[in-house]
Amino acid sequence: MSGIGLALGLIVLAIIVRLLPTYYIGLLTEALILGIFAMGLDLLLGHTGLPSLGHSAYFGAAGYTMAILSLRLQQSSWVSASAGLVVSLIIAAIYGLLALRTSGVYFMMITLALAQVLWGIAFGWRSMTGGDDGLPGIARPELRALFPWSLQPPANFFTAVLIIFVIVVAALYVLVRSPFGYTLHGIRESEARMACLGYHVWWHKYVAVLIAGGVAGIAGILFVYYHGFVSPAELSLVLSAEGLLMVILGGSGTLFGPALGAIVVVFLRNLISAYTERWLLILGLIYLLVVLCAPNGIVGAIRARLPGWLDREAEA
Amino acid sequence: MDFWIVQTLNGISFGMLLFLLAAGLSLVFGLMRIVNLAHGSFYLLGAYIGFTVIGRTGSFLLAVVVVPLGIAGLGLLMHRFLLRRFQGAELSQVLLTFGALFIFADVSLWYWGGYSQVLPKPAFLAGSLTIGTIVFPAYRIFVIVTGVVVALLSWLVLERTALGSMVRAGVDDEEMVRGLGINTPRLFTAVFALGAFLAALSGVIGGPFVGAYPGADFDVLLLALVVVIIGGLGSIGGAFVGSLLVGLIDTLGRALVPELAMFTIFAPMAIILALRPRGLFGRI
Repeated sequence: MSGIGLALGLIVLAIIVRLLPTYYIGLLTEALILGIFAMGLDLLLGHTGLPSLGHSAYFGAAGYTMAILSLRLQQSSWVSASAGLVVSLIIAAIYGLLALRTSGVYFMMITLALAQVLWGIAFGWRSMTGGDDGLPGIARPELRALFPWSLQPPANFFTAVLIIFVIVVAALYVLVRSPFGYTLHGIRESEARMACLGYHVWWHKYVAVLIAGGVAGIAGILFVYYHGFVSPAELSLVLSAEGLLMVILGGSGTLFGPALGAIVVVFLRNLISAYTERWLLILGLIYLLVVLCAPNGIVGAIRARLPGWLDREAEA
Repeated sequence: MDFWIVQTLNGISFGMLLFLLAAGLSLVFGLMRIVNLAHGSFYLLGAYIGFTVIGRTGSFLLAVVVVPLGIAGLGLLMHRFLLRRFQGAELSQVLLTFGALFIFADVSLWYWGGYSQVLPKPAFLAGSLTIGTIVFPAYRIFVIVTGVVVALLSWLVLERTALGSMVRAGVDDEEMVRGLGINTPRLFTAVFALGAFLAALSGVIGGPFVGAYPGADFDVLLLALVVVIIGGLGSIGGAFVGSLLVGLIDTLGRALVPELAMFTIFAPMAIILALRPRGLFGRI
């Protein structure tokens, strides 16, 4: 697919979305935001082989920082959103130091525990974070200084999210095809071999944690703007596990797979919730079915049926 | 002074309850490298089913014996038919146990509703003990005694029986144990069922003071994870010390700085992780 075709497709998408009912615009927006989150997680899981079970830490930390700065300190959107991103990077820098001392299943356990520290703070520190009730009333940015439009209307916000989504996809595309990306793949396949070849394995993994944390931070900020609300759920194990589900469902180690997984999960949730209260039960069954029946994800299944198609992704 | 003694005793009894929970989680993790996110669900199901059994029969002792056995059967099936085929595929196992957590949580909500249930205390433990000026509920003493007895029993089984030496050897080097001709898949299933048994036991015993409510599965899972991380993975002694520490820190923390209730147990865990990534008594 040529770059021009892709660009045209995106512009058409941005226009078509304006014709949809607000409800569907919202779903698409949420799917793209969680898609960014899942793609960042996949950089760790699929590309570097680091199974993080606490990726919501960066997502929620950025969202909370942004919310607290804009609500409690009345900072502008630019300041509070940038601060959110910086905090997610700082947390990733600290947690990376702690978690990368271990690997495999310990890495999962420790990332889970570290994310729970932040969850505990958000849950307990009521006077600052609102505790279980969260912080409502976060307004989307007005970009009047730069563009002639506000991000308040859902369609405008969708366009902004779409632009950021494309930038993140492009950046990750370049990243996983760079020498750095290939080194990460090498580390995933055999850490010892990469160390023998003279690569600084720890440093590569650390940078991957930082990038994945920053991408999760971007998604967290967008998510909080989308809902106008932040709560401990944004730091929870449920979100981290849902990210993993999206990655596995879409296909780990592929570029678009996790985003596809996010779209499927978001639409399924809304579709099923409309018919039954037993969404949790069905979500649990989806977890089982994905692991039992589609361990290579949607992209993996397509690839098995249509060899040759999506081969450029296969290099990723 | 009395306040501190009572709070300390409360902390110890809560710690013993945590030990019942964490011992199984730690062994399952140490032996087969499964992060069993459904471990808290065994607690919740134990507490809810215990509630129903006590409600129908009026017998606490029956619930304490029968319910954990039933949940052990559930754990056995879960490991045999779901987890065993994914041995070594850690991520798949985590996702499977997380799916199971949702399913158990929603089925419980469906059947028992969204209300918080507190199990009735058995009549013979309803009173309280008075020593000097200190009044302490007899039930909490019962919990402490149960925890100590289970700890002693599991220590005896692990250190003095053939099964125990297989488990300990499995924690240290699973491949070598398999090489010696021991049926490790069956051993794994047995240990997984034992973990489910202990978690359900903690549900029935903890029911009268922690209670059963939607979300309890998650709460106790997190506490058990903290215990296992502090104590060290795969170590029963570590689980015992970790449980006491977490029980005391949590109880005293709630009494002193209620606003930081969750943080007071996660902060020591983060410090221990930074200093000793394998926990206080971690062997692996």
